[in-house]
Amino acid sequence: MTTLVLIEAEGASIKKASLSAVAAARVFGAVDVLLVGAEGAQEAARIEGITRVLHADSTPPLAECIAALIADRAAQYDHIVSAATAYGKNILPRAAGLLDVQPITEVIEIIDADTFVRPIYAGNALATVRSRDAIKVLTVRNANFEAAKLGETASAPIESVSAAVEIPDARFVGIALTHSDRPELETARVVISGGRGLKDAENFKLLEPIADRLGAAIGASRAAVDAGFAPNEMQVGQTGKIVAPDLYIAVGLSGAIQHLAGMKDSRVIVAINMDPEAPIFGVADYGLVGDLFEVLPQLQAALEA
Amino acid sequence: MKIVVPVKRVVDYNVKPRVKADNSGVETQGVKMSMNPFDEIAVEEAVRLREKGAASEIVVVTIGVAEAQPVLRTAMAMGADRAILVQTEAALEPLAVAKLLKTIVDRENPGLVIMGKQAIDDDMNATGQILAARLDWPQGTFASAVSVENGRITVTREADGGLETVDLALPAVVTTDLRLNEPRYATMPNIMKAKKKPLETIAADTLGVDLAPRLETVTVIEPPVRKAGIKVASAAELVGKLRDEAKVI
Ligand SMILES: Cc1cc2nc3c(=O)[nH]c(=O)nc-3n(C[C@H](O)[C@H](O)[C@H](O)COP(=O)(O)OP(=O)(O)OC[C@H]3O[C@@H](n4cnc5c(N)ncnc54)[C@H](O)[C@@H]3O)c2cc1C
Ligand SMILES: Cc1cc2nc3c(=O)[nH]c(=O)nc-3n(C[C@H](O)[C@H](O)[C@H](O)COP(=O)(O)OP(=O)(O)OC[C@H]3O[C@@H](n4cnc5c(N)ncnc54)[C@H](O)[C@@H]3O)c2cc1C
Repeated sequence: MTTLVLIEAEGASIKKASLSAVAAARVFGAVDVLLVGAEGAQEAARIEGITRVLHADSTPPLAECIAALIADRAAQYDHIVSAATAYGKNILPRAAGLLDVQPITEVIEIIDADTFVRPIYAGNALATVRSRDAIKVLTVRNANFEAAKLGETASAPIESVSAAVEIPDARFVGIALTHSDRPELETARVVISGGRGLKDAENFKLLEPIADRLGAAIGASRAAVDAGFAPNEMQVGQTGKIVAPDLYIAVGLSGAIQHLAGMKDSRVIVAINMDPEAPIFGVADYGLVGDLFEVLPQLQAALEA
Repeated sequence: MKIVVPVKRVVDYNVKPRVKADNSGVETQGVKMSMNPFDEIAVEEAVRLREKGAASEIVVVTIGVAEAQPVLRTAMAMGADRAILVQTEAALEPLAVAKLLKTIVDRENPGLVIMGKQAIDDDMNATGQILAARLDWPQGTFASAVSVENGRITVTREADGGLETVDLALPAVVTTDLRLNEPRYATMPNIMKAKKKPLETIAADTLGVDLAPRLETVTVIEPPVRKAGIKVASAAELVGKLRDEAKVI
């Protein structure tokens, strides 16, 4: 039994979410990883427990091309896995479509080679599903799987691959990356998120010194993103990013079910809200009822004390 | 250009879903149902493209039970021209839904399919990508902006680290993210007009598609509930608890 894991690099390093996908896939047996793009193969070869690195260095970063590449080689595999990031969720269902397979997305637990648990209805129910497809195509939530480790040396062989298929006419124009020196939202140990209660983009910056102090990533509710306080890739929730840090601090956000879907598996949740009835308090380990504009400076001071 | 918009009837997003006592699924009987919010965004975008002159006709399609018709009427009240109900009692998976949608697309020959990136019930986020694969069309998923020009569509996509732009030849499949637009409310006169717009019903089993499920639902359970903890009186007390009790900072 061999599994193909589609991994992703950022610059020369492999994304942590991809390392979690590799770790999840190892329960099935041997693992080959597929990396698309010029950089990252050296680090990919250091991932512990993999058999080889398939490096598609000249394939454009487009779902059309990558799905074709996967489908082209799929016959050698019984599982095809990636992280349930926007990258994986764009590509894997397309590959499944080419293979006539029903994909299983957002897997949080692997029961056996055919049986998986995934949340439905914004995490209000957990469905256990068994696949009858010969090849299983899965995306897995990194928050639920430990990351595979990187070894000292690049021990897995790197093989260059490319797709020999015609792909539909699509062109990659570019990506405007939001640069941040903070940890990645999906894998950060601490996340501090702001909601509509912060009132404007200027105030949203009140979260920054606290995030700096805690080494935290910054997240946002949909209302905060829609109102332009924060960029879209910071959205936490059913339709944004799913996080499960050790500590999640929710500031001026109410805790709508769509938001809870993205953070309720955090180990410790703190809520700061002036409305004692806000649903966020229903899931918070520590609740502080108060005006965030008073509480945040006090919190900063207390952290520095 | 014709646009096809697949829309799904789902449990309204304001309803707190309840797992059935026999753990076979989520209760949908006697629960308020509405159009999947992402599909409202898809309908809105199609209507806007027509208002800009980039599209001439909008056809909405749903696959589901007869009771899904109101969702089609809502889409027509928002501005779609006609509707197709592909009727089935079965709870279909995205692969089967995509195959049925493909038969409709083959028949209608649209220049563009716009649909939701995910349905808020099953949260699969798969149907659009599968449809694009089976049509062998390019795809622009998780769109936060689109523009149509000279037989191509430029799609701004909500990617992991920022906004990505792709440029696709039409026909193509686009799936909507939340920031694409804010859907309009249907006005009373438009709701009345929508009642007279054509709605065609096709039985799903006449379309020659293999609808057999690939997944078996073993159980559906409630997730462990998280209990509320304690209230702290000050930021200083909070920091103390986080340091000494929870040991997370
Ligand atoms: C299809 C769909 C998908 C969605 N997906 C997501 C998603 O992925 N993520 C997401 O977050 N939402 C999502 N939503 C939106 C969700 O339903 C809520 O609307 C949203 O989460 C609300 O954001 P909020 O909590 O910031 O705003 P609000 O609900 O308005 O809450 C603001 C909170 O701030 C508090 N507050 C105000 N001023 C202060 C102050 N001075 N001090 C302290 N507290 C203050 C208020 O008491 C209130 O509780 C989705 C909705 C739909 C329909
Ligand atoms: C594991 C599993 C368990 C299920 N359990 C149940 C259950 O308990 N009860 C039940 O009723 N159903 C059940 N179903 C069926 C399910 O409700 C969906 O119809 C199906 O899985 C589609 O997934 P999705 O809607 O999440 O697709 P997504 O890929 O998230 O949908 C994306 C978009 O595709 C389009 N689309 C999707 N479905 C349709 C449609 N029918 N018509 C038109 N456009 C559509 C919409 O534009 C939508 O925004 C189950 C399916 C699976 C896979």
